[in-house]
Amino acid sequence: MGFITIDGRKVKFTDEPNILSIIRREGIDLPTLCYHSELSVYGACRLCTVEDNRGRTFASCSEQPRDGMVIYTNTPRLMKYRKMIVQLLLAAHDRDCTTCIKNGDCTLQALARRLGVLDVPFENRKTSYPVDFSSPAIVRNPNKCILCGDCVRVCDNVQNVNAIDFAYRGTEAMVTPAFQKTLAETDCVNCGQCRAVCPTGAISIHTNKTPVWAALNDPNTKVVAQIAPAVRIALGDSLGIPHGENVMGKLVAALHRMGFDEVYDTTVGADLTIMEESREFLERLESGEKLPLFTSCCPGWVTYCENRHPELVQNISTCRSPMQMLGAVIREYFKDPEKNEGKKLVSVAIMPCTAKKGEILRPESRTDGIQDVDYVLTTTELANMIQTAGLKFDLLEAESCDMPFGIGSGAGVIFGNTGGVMEAVLRRLAQTSKRAEIDVIRQSGVRGDGECKELTFDYHGRTVRAAVVNGLRNAEELIQKIESGEETFDIVEVMACRRGCIMGGGQPLGAGPRTKAARAKGLYDADNDIQIKKSDDNPIVTNLYQTLLKGKEHKLLHRNFGEQ
Amino acid sequence: MLDQSYYDKADEIIACHTREEHSLIPIIQDIQTAFRYLPPELLTYVAKEIGITEAKAFSVASFYENFSFEPKGKYVIKVCDGTACHVRKSVPILERILSELGLSGEQRTTPDMLFTVETVSCLGACGLAPVVTVNDEVHPSMTPAAATELLKKLREEAANEN
Repeated sequence: MGFITIDGRKVKFTDEPNILSIIRREGIDLPTLCYHSELSVYGACRLCTVEDNRGRTFASCSEQPRDGMVIYTNTPRLMKYRKMIVQLLLAAHDRDCTTCIKNGDCTLQALARRLGVLDVPFENRKTSYPVDFSSPAIVRNPNKCILCGDCVRVCDNVQNVNAIDFAYRGTEAMVTPAFQKTLAETDCVNCGQCRAVCPTGAISIHTNKTPVWAALNDPNTKVVAQIAPAVRIALGDSLGIPHGENVMGKLVAALHRMGFDEVYDTTVGADLTIMEESREFLERLESGEKLPLFTSCCPGWVTYCENRHPELVQNISTCRSPMQMLGAVIREYFKDPEKNEGKKLVSVAIMPCTAKKGEILRPESRTDGIQDVDYVLTTTELANMIQTAGLKFDLLEAESCDMPFGIGSGAGVIFGNTGGVMEAVLRRLAQTSKRAEIDVIRQSGVRGDGECKELTFDYHGRTVRAAVVNGLRNAEELIQKIESGEETFDIVEVMACRRGCIMGGGQPLGAGPRTKAARAKGLYDADNDIQIKKSDDNPIVTNLYQTLLKGKEHKLLHRNFGEQ
Repeated sequence: MLDQSYYDKADEIIACHTREEHSLIPIIQDIQTAFRYLPPELLTYVAKEIGITEAKAFSVASFYENFSFEPKGKYVIKVCDGTACHVRKSVPILERILSELGLSGEQRTTPDMLFTVETVSCLGACGLAPVVTVNDEVHPSMTPAAATELLKKLREEAANEN
């Protein structure tokens, strides 16, 4: 608590962890390449260097505020330093910006423009490394790496995976998996959080745009899309729409224009998941076996559990993820020659998530030997495809999803937020659909972006203990408590990414605290707009159980971990 | 695939240390002493045993020049090329050793796994310059001719052992 003077203005500080956060709070966007508020402070990029009234310079990210400090953020000396830092970074960088996947979306590029770097007075001495395309989710291009370490820290600090780390030293230093293996050979869970923090094109999404375009332009295919909940509130970020705004209507219109024959809502899959998972949960609660039940929607979490806690795999719900459920249902539906019109079905899932690209390739993501979902496009890839098609997104008139998989419940749509799956389960288990009861659930502590939320609820006289956790390190800590017997739970929702799918590895980049909050609110607002609050009240779901799914529930909606 | 005896030896070494993150360097130093190099498979094994990730262990092991993932010869010859040795003509000594052993470029170990030649920046024995060490045994005031003689002696020694 005290006052510091920033560029001649006296400002108050309270519990800010460092000077940088005060400077940013005061509306000065001091550039950084290695600072993320949720990661440990690294102090490597030196771009946030400030000067005090005694002429000392220091990195503001790693300096605590002291009462009476006098700070300058833009002296000629600092401007010279900052420019020089960027020039030095560029000196050892693959500068083919126009053909880079991050073109226009790159922090380093934006910084060079901001700081007016028009030349690099050094010889480019970058050695050339092979690009790693081995992962279905992520492409690693060491030639574009500036060694800021953001990916290393997010993979370790937040996700507890540590698939990549620094190796070698000095001019040979690089970020790589151990022994320069490929990503596919590591414990990488494909969550894409490294890509979400990478300021350059060193880590990017393994795109599937080309085969989707080919399918769209092939008259002999029926191209069907499904859209995950978290896409609708983030896609607008890349297309000039206010952050967090629900653009589902425009998105459906854009897909129709691009040539998708049918556009469905993954929320229907989420509703099916809730029906199946709730039933499974009640069965396990009854028998007392394989508790706690872990949710299975998140492929990042499932992979993590298989790698690190094989003993807990049996506790994971056997339900397929919403994407896979709807994918299997769509394929079953289009088996009917009347529906497929003799064309080949190409099933595309539009997801906030890079790990989904890996999930569709897993052995249990097939029905009768056929892959259920053909391609996953992330929100970012779709935004680019809309731009490629030249569609003026903001001018598109909203359209609605196609039937029969076009209406989801509010419970399904909030799946994209941490706590969303749990809230949907609670609604399913609720006695009634009354507004009062839905409201009680909303306020039960299931909402909010806390790292680990614990709640108890009553089910037919039995107290059920539930936990909601996001971020794999947080999940690991919870597992340690469960395995040591310190805590017991009946049901645990795990999402690999902090805050859930709204902050998935395939979402538009550069989301700060306000965007994060806006995305969470966007999904809850979408729920508010839907009359159907409970998955079991969704007439589409009820109808599916009586028709298409009859006798095939297990085949289409479940998987068996570890048996393949 | 590494022979089981390597893992047994690693187990033996790990047992002499605590199974903690900070034991990594002492453990892999001991392994390198035992095998004259650090087999990559054992680094992975040690990481798992002491509860750190493979990437983290590789980060540490690749940082230090001292750790070698390549098998080394029976005799590791270090030719000092620090300032004192350099001005007292260490380069011709190195060249003589390399040519005697038929080594060049990146190749620093003879195919018969008898010799590995390395250059070091300073052995801290500048008063004895130019210095060569063989498996940490110091040979002071070397000359190219003495190097030839030394190699001959080492070859004989190895032959006698067999």
